[in-house]
Amino acid sequence: MAEPAPRVAQLLRKHEADILQQWMAYQMSAATWRADLMTESDLREQSRGFLRLFIETAQQSEPDADAAAWKLVKELLAAVSKSRATQGFSPSETATFVFSLKKPVFDLLRRELSDLDELSREIWLVTTLLDKLGLYTTEVHLQSRQSIINRQQQELMELSTPVVQLWDNIVALPLIGTLDSERTQVVMESLLHKVVETGASIAIIDITGVPTVDTLVAQHLLKTVAAARLMGADCIISGIRPQIAQTIVHLGINLSDIVTKATLADAFTVALQRTGARLTRLAAKE
Amino acid sequence: MDRIPILKLNRFLLVTIQVDMHDRLALALQDDLTARIVKDRARGVLIDISSLEVVDSFMGRMIAHIAAMARVLDADTVVVGMRPAVAITLVELGMTLEGVRTALNVDSGMALLAATLTDGEQFNGGSKG
Repeated sequence: MAEPAPRVAQLLRKHEADILQQWMAYQMSAATWRADLMTESDLREQSRGFLRLFIETAQQSEPDADAAAWKLVKELLAAVSKSRATQGFSPSETATFVFSLKKPVFDLLRRELSDLDELSREIWLVTTLLDKLGLYTTEVHLQSRQSIINRQQQELMELSTPVVQLWDNIVALPLIGTLDSERTQVVMESLLHKVVETGASIAIIDITGVPTVDTLVAQHLLKTVAAARLMGADCIISGIRPQIAQTIVHLGINLSDIVTKATLADAFTVALQRTGARLTRLAAKE
Repeated sequence: MDRIPILKLNRFLLVTIQVDMHDRLALALQDDLTARIVKDRARGVLIDISSLEVVDSFMGRMIAHIAAMARVLDADTVVVGMRPAVAITLVELGMTLEGVRTALNVDSGMALLAATLTDGEQFNGGSKG
């Protein structure tokens, strides 16, 4: 195949406008078309760009998607794939963008080529090429999805564990988000180190921002409380919402050894009392 | 064989563990400590483990045993200065040292023990109190 896919490339060039029209119609009618995520004009823009570049490359170089000449096409596909990943398309919906081109191209070849040998050879050529490009699109899609997930995970870790000092000898740990084993470990360590650093005798763990409490989360909490106690700091758990109180009782979790308060304010008052401080309201000035 | 020194501070005994504990050392400490509690009529025991970096279940059990023995002899036990890593390890091992009191450092541990004394046996009252 020294002469690179001449027939198909020539035919495509000749009927570019037609193909684009048919391709667009086919994509819009397909079940995977997501009108909620993307406008028709955007799709037309992407399709036209890809088709033009595809035809140009096919005319100039051999039809092997791994070859260097196809780099531009791949870059374009990567850009399309990435934008679709952020828009919320699924991998198969993204790959369909490339695969759906087969139908208009095959239709064209069937109309134009009468020789069966030539027809099947050209179809095979186009199909392997498009398959490779489609798979490449999926791969990029998955990669960009993965990078989104990684970034979010990192952001989650960053906002997870601030330990704040409320008063002499009182630290608070406002927990936000779901607690899993890995996070609990981080939470526990940063709380204990803060206790050593500040010499705090009371730690308030506020779970207002924890959406659900199951047996595992409760166990993690109990572990943290036990570890703090071993170091000589008492723990108060605050911010228990009504639903969570119900869940805790229904699950049969025993929190009776721990001081629990409904709000952080209540917990803080108790902590102040324990450390020997007292809050008084100044007499109102008349 | 090495022995862990036991210091007397008024009515309390101070034990500072600065070497790696092994079985025989721990058993010797139990012997010495119970004997000293009786001899000095001690009302409290302060165990400082701030230089202890490695802990295992044996160590945890030993501390719990010492506390229980002291309890029988009417002395409170306070464990002070536990490091975060040690605390996490003990909790992961399932040893929460129930019945043992804890404090962040010797100072607050001493205050904790002093608060348990009744009027007749003030901290400065010495062994006669």
